[in-house]
Amino acid sequence: MEAPLTREEIVAWARECYEDLEFSAARKWLAQDPARKAIGFLPVYAPRELIHACGMLPVGIYGGGDQLEIIRGDAFYQSYICHLPRSVVELGQTGRLDFLSGVLFPSTCDVIRNLSGIWQLLSPELYVRYVDVPQIRDVETGGKFWRRELQTLVDDLGRVAGKTPNDAVLRQSIALYNDVRATISALYRIRCDEPWRIPTEELYLLLRAGEVVPPEEFLQRAKAYIEATASDPLPKKDRVRVIVVGAFCEQPPLGLIKTIERSGCYIVDDDLLVGNRMITQPVATDGDPLTHLANAFVEHGERTSVLYEERPEGKRTLMKERIDAAKADGIIFAAPSFCDPALLDRPMLRAGAEAEGIPCIAFQYAENTGQFQQFREQTGTFSDSIKLWGGQ
Amino acid sequence: MAENIDVQKDHSMVLQKQMIAEHYQRLADAPKTGDKVVYTFVPGNLTELIRSFGALPVLPEINALQSGMRGKSRDYIAEAERRGHSEDVCTYVKCDLGMVKGGNIGPTGLPLPKPDLLLLSYTGCYTFMKWFELLREEYDCPTVFLQIPYQGAGELEPEHRKYVVDQIKEKVIPALEQVTGRKYDEDGLRRRLGLAAQAEDDLVAVLQSAKQKPSPIDAYFGGVYYIGPIFSAFRGTEEGVAYYRELRKEVEARTAQKRGPITPDGPLDDQRYRLVVEGPPNWTHFRDFWRMFSSWQAVVVASTYTKVGGTYDFGFRHDEQDPLGTMADYCGGCYTNLNLPSRVDMLCNYIEEYGANGFLINSVKSCNSFSAGQLMMLREVEKRTGIPGAFIESDLVDPRYFSPANIKNRLESYLQMIDARAQGGN
Repeated sequence: MEAPLTREEIVAWARECYEDLEFSAARKWLAQDPARKAIGFLPVYAPRELIHACGMLPVGIYGGGDQLEIIRGDAFYQSYICHLPRSVVELGQTGRLDFLSGVLFPSTCDVIRNLSGIWQLLSPELYVRYVDVPQIRDVETGGKFWRRELQTLVDDLGRVAGKTPNDAVLRQSIALYNDVRATISALYRIRCDEPWRIPTEELYLLLRAGEVVPPEEFLQRAKAYIEATASDPLPKKDRVRVIVVGAFCEQPPLGLIKTIERSGCYIVDDDLLVGNRMITQPVATDGDPLTHLANAFVEHGERTSVLYEERPEGKRTLMKERIDAAKADGIIFAAPSFCDPALLDRPMLRAGAEAEGIPCIAFQYAENTGQFQQFREQTGTFSDSIKLWGGQ
Repeated sequence: MAENIDVQKDHSMVLQKQMIAEHYQRLADAPKTGDKVVYTFVPGNLTELIRSFGALPVLPEINALQSGMRGKSRDYIAEAERRGHSEDVCTYVKCDLGMVKGGNIGPTGLPLPKPDLLLLSYTGCYTFMKWFELLREEYDCPTVFLQIPYQGAGELEPEHRKYVVDQIKEKVIPALEQVTGRKYDEDGLRRRLGLAAQAEDDLVAVLQSAKQKPSPIDAYFGGVYYIGPIFSAFRGTEEGVAYYRELRKEVEARTAQKRGPITPDGPLDDQRYRLVVEGPPNWTHFRDFWRMFSSWQAVVVASTYTKVGGTYDFGFRHDEQDPLGTMADYCGGCYTNLNLPSRVDMLCNYIEEYGANGFLINSVKSCNSFSAGQLMMLREVEKRTGIPGAFIESDLVDPRYFSPANIKNRLESYLQMIDARAQGGN
């Protein structure tokens, strides 16, 4: 019997996946069988179950972070557009995404939307689909629309894959992703309860790896990580508990996450990579799988800036609800520069938080931000002030 | 749509100014008259439906651009930024919110009424969603959301059309009934859709007159006047039909006389450059911007901005025989709801059909719906037409982002390059 993987081994594997801009894990999976195919998706939410059910590998595309020099990508975008699309174009133009048989562009914002058009123009032979998620959150209207969209996706992806899944196969994939979401939820719960046990740097690396490897492999590693951290907790430190809000699309550099933690904050909740847990309840695995998947999104979709908030008071109350759920002391609004969803939401969210007396700070970053001193000072002062004068 | 001061004006411009002034007056009087007020957006506006319920539309983008033209946007934007809105986001939104915080005095100096309903027609612009979520914080009124799926595959797919029709039937009409206390009147709606189609016919005739040489219109700077009534409160009204009939007559008379449009420099009969323009104009320096073109005898023969409220010149007309379906088609076809390949097709078509010898993109910082991807579009249009394009940058209503010297230099260099090419240079 093999010895269980250690925390260090799992984190090292995850870091390797995270740093690998050649997507070697995905390429290796493809190389095992010439019939295999992979489909990319941009943030925030794409129904990965459907890609998996077609026998293909879902691959999250989150740009090049701070590891990629942008040479060609900048020629596609003006200076006042966020950094993510230019590094995605850079990945594409340098052949790093040439293993993909298609790309899904979810309705996150106008930049991601128009990037779908750039992809159509650059790669007319590729399957490109703009995925317009439902903004009407009732099953009768939004649910039925989304059900039809999911059917279109299954049909299209089935054509790309060369095989269309039947209901039984769809249910298996849905069940698998239920397990993925439950495992991510367990990781988040543990980090919230014992943040010294799961540093956000490690959690983030693990989740990033989960975006580029088969879900079965992610599950195995993530569960092993939970076990490993139970027997190998890190020392508890005197840190305040914060939630990080606004980093759901263009991802912050790892150095920024580390900086926040090292400056005296435990991140106990965040919206990093929120698409991997967008559906907050298990999806039923009986009956019509697409109806269940559609309705689960409509009824139990995460409340995030990319979806319409139907409740008039929803923006005002959301931060208080999240602070209470995470037993956090304060909020760090960390948004990518020029990010419409995060930056347009922030005044509403912050006003609601401050009305409840919740300490907040805000800053902007880019995925390739390389200097962290200003953030260290800001979050360090924030942490100190909460320790001195109290948080929520 | 546009307001202009101390310049020579066509009769239609005067008429348009009068119509818009009367509309603002009716809005100001709404608290007294009891008229219900629906805030909505230009792309995907359901004006015929709103007005069939006896309600009046308010279009926040129009207020913002009017504020920009009247020199008020700088202060409004500053006010919004003081309240925590990022420098990075849409200045229409910040201008509108600053105006609301300053007492909601509209661009004509009259107070704007509070909305009885926010009809969030989510068409071609992500920011619209946030804009009305933000406005909702200011008002105690219901909001109804109408999601218009994007034409990512180059068409409004049948299931998307059904989704829009379902929403109009199940969400929008009940919300309007609730707010106005009136029942849905399909015959009244049909009548208005018929009126809309009449005005659309005349608008298309006006826009397509630019195929003539000289062009009797400027399809960008003049075009924003022409689209004003049909993109705002007057589509589907008798006044709208009368305005477009008058405008068409005026343009046809100019065509017969081989006259050009009236510009800030007077009539532009001798036209050296025929340009196609992509992207919205800058509003804070509208006349200066226009003059940069007209002083070089450059006329814009087609523009995409004048299609944000409907792409009528490609055949769409409101159809009274299918009232809900036609509204879905209309919403889906607005320019910013089209994917990039469709936008490129449209631009290439304009360059060919209108005999253009130049192509220019005005990229505005505020609007990712337009701007993200424009550099790719530029390359693609150049590749397909063989005509090099120009790229300038400004903003909608933030005067901080209008740099006259830079824009003038770029434009003049570009026009000189067109000359050089015409003379056989590279």
